[in-house]
Amino acid sequence: MAYNLKESVKKPERLAGGHRMCAGCGAPVVVRAILRALKEDDHAVIGSATGCLEVSTCLYPYTSWKDSFIHSAFENAAATVSGAEAAYNALKRKGKITGDTKFITFGGDGGTYDIGLQSLSGAMERGHDMVYICYDNGAYMNTGIQRSSATPSFADTTTSPAGNVIPGKMQPRKDLTLIMANHNIPYVAQTAPMGNFKDIYAKAEKALYTPGAAFINAFAPCPRGWRYETPLLMDIIKLAVDTCIWPLYEVEDGKLTVNYKPRKKLPVEDFLKAQGRFRHMFKKGNEWTIEQFQKDVDEKWERLLSMEEN
Amino acid sequence: MNKKDKLNLGNDVNWKEISPGGVINEPGNSDKFKTGDWRSVKPVWIKENCKQCMLCFPVCPDSSIPIDENGKRLDFDFDHCKGCGICAEVCPFSAIEMKDN
Amino acid sequence: MSKRDRLSGNEAVSVAMRQINPDVVAAFPITPSTEVPQYFASFVANGMVDTEFVPVESEHSAMSACIGAQAAGARTMTATSANGLALMWEMLYIAASSKLPITLAAVNRALSGPININNDHSDTMGARDSGWIQIYGENNQEAYDNFIQAVRIGEHPDVMLPVMDCYDGFITSHAVENIELLDDDAVKKFVGEYNPGESLLNRKNPISVGPLDTVTHYFEHKRIQAEAMKNAKQVILDVAEEFEKLTGRKYGLFEEYMMDDAEVAIVIINSTAGTAKETIKGLRAKGIKAGLIKIRVFRPFPVEEIAKALSKVKAVAIMDKCDGFNAAGGPLFNEVTSALYGRADGIKAINYIYGLGGRDVSVQDIATVYDRLLDIVNTGNIGEVYNYLGVRE
Repeated sequence: MAYNLKESVKKPERLAGGHRMCAGCGAPVVVRAILRALKEDDHAVIGSATGCLEVSTCLYPYTSWKDSFIHSAFENAAATVSGAEAAYNALKRKGKITGDTKFITFGGDGGTYDIGLQSLSGAMERGHDMVYICYDNGAYMNTGIQRSSATPSFADTTTSPAGNVIPGKMQPRKDLTLIMANHNIPYVAQTAPMGNFKDIYAKAEKALYTPGAAFINAFAPCPRGWRYETPLLMDIIKLAVDTCIWPLYEVEDGKLTVNYKPRKKLPVEDFLKAQGRFRHMFKKGNEWTIEQFQKDVDEKWERLLSMEEN
Repeated sequence: MNKKDKLNLGNDVNWKEISPGGVINEPGNSDKFKTGDWRSVKPVWIKENCKQCMLCFPVCPDSSIPIDENGKRLDFDFDHCKGCGICAEVCPFSAIEMKDN
Repeated sequence: MSKRDRLSGNEAVSVAMRQINPDVVAAFPITPSTEVPQYFASFVANGMVDTEFVPVESEHSAMSACIGAQAAGARTMTATSANGLALMWEMLYIAASSKLPITLAAVNRALSGPININNDHSDTMGARDSGWIQIYGENNQEAYDNFIQAVRIGEHPDVMLPVMDCYDGFITSHAVENIELLDDDAVKKFVGEYNPGESLLNRKNPISVGPLDTVTHYFEHKRIQAEAMKNAKQVILDVAEEFEKLTGRKYGLFEEYMMDDAEVAIVIINSTAGTAKETIKGLRAKGIKAGLIKIRVFRPFPVEEIAKALSKVKAVAIMDKCDGFNAAGGPLFNEVTSALYGRADGIKAINYIYGLGGRDVSVQDIATVYDRLLDIVNTGNIGEVYNYLGVRE
């Protein structure tokens, strides 16, 4: 059935209010969008790596999750949920349970790109029928905005501070989405909650209902860590996509499709200037940082387009 | 994990009555925890301007825009709305205004 | 009701696993426990079990997958050794605090570094405070019997804790010995069905597992966990009694060998007890009242029972196959002496660290320990408390 926002909102809410995520956080927006793609009758077992999402949504004796939820540690969310999925297969085979259960794992970029990469890689390679969603906010926000391998170049974080000599993080981001695509799993996508949420909903639906392992990398701005005013969430996301800093694409059975090509590709400054973490890039003498950032984005975008053609 | 019948939500629960293993057996019970008092500004829904386009609903991080059985939005859930203002920013019809709390 | 066979310890434990037919086994190979998942994978491949086998990419993920599976309501098992157990460390604590009765075949091997594949107890001794029940076995038969009993102990409603079945690498894991196996049906009946009250896969009652616990609740959760470990002692005895009815093989919290009239004794764990029993036979032939206590249950530690069993000896040597690096003694020494304190004061106690990294311990080596104990009894002088047996001086 074609996506219809007005229909999708009628589905029961699966993430209750009363969680302790900061006002304006992008992560619960991603989570709600992903969970809306579940069929109403399906039960979900949802795992989370340690991080903002986990400590804020499951703080004893309260849980925001209306489905079953498990957190065990930071670096092992994928392995933990892979165990639950194995249990489902075994108990189903033995006739001990009925009904359909979907397996979903959330991790921030710290728990996904960095400390949890091995566990993620293992679970995806083994082909568990589960979806792993990274909510990428580009730093270790839960511990107070330290750099991760998902942090963009030159971002000012507490462990890559913009100083007089070093202008923030000196390395480019790790391209995790393509790393996951190279696991040759049935479905990999990069998405963001945007506009009427069609892109993220459609990708979540495909990921959930394509048998086997699936990975989604979802853009999830952090107003506190990125230093912008909370109402601007959706503007920041749109700028990331329109500058091609965060391209929307998917890889289905090895075939890459770029889902959104901006009619007018915006300069990276438009994204950077909206956020305090990049402010130092606009200082006199740091012009080169913006040039290098733009060059890096352009090269990656061109490479993505050429991968689509091939 | 063994089942404890009723989850004790009190801060004075003793060790014999606390749920073993920290299991929470009340799905979605965080709605009993009010985050509305975090708010410094509040969204005001101007019903006459609202076209029920639903663009505000998915952008809410706090699941604080209730939907009725016909798929129409209702007034905000002020028990949980933290006043981030994303909904007001995305509304194309000036149907949400941020005001001092 | 049972049949005799000749199996290695790892084979015996994997047979127990097959007979239990768990829902999920998640494991990663490491010497000397590797054979357990290998044998088990062949049972899966040949359709002899209904288990979902998860060949994870690390021991950390093995324990993580076990946690996910057991929380989902599955009876779950794994096996590991040494560094594999060390890599699981973080998750051992989480399995226990989440009250998940996972069963782990812990094949004892020296913990790096330096890297060494042979037997000592530095791996499981390091995990002694992780909240797992630890049961040790001297030989293949005990490793097999303990594994079957572990399932019942861990899953008991008063306990609900994970259990390690610890046995010595190579000495027990790889040596082929005579063994008496139960019939498959008898094992199935003995362990029964696993029906946890709550699970992730119970769609009618969804649960959240592993919440953030603040200062308001963390302490109460640790206290209820501690109570489960206290409860485990009686459950271990009850399960042993039932197992004895089934097999005729008697198990307790520890084994007492020639302790009735013993004046000097050693306390020891696992396979070296066999060697020590030979030493004792020789000493007894000379009229020396030597005895031995072989620890079976290290967690929970049988404090009162050990104190009672040692109350009549004049001197005791506590043997640790693991150093404590506290400049004072090994972990078993600390446990036993603290058990004696206030319960059986005045007993002269010394400690020997032995067998590290697989160093052989002979009947004669252990005889020197008894010589030392006899000297202490005769002279009244304890001398050095913290000693090494078998290291080149």
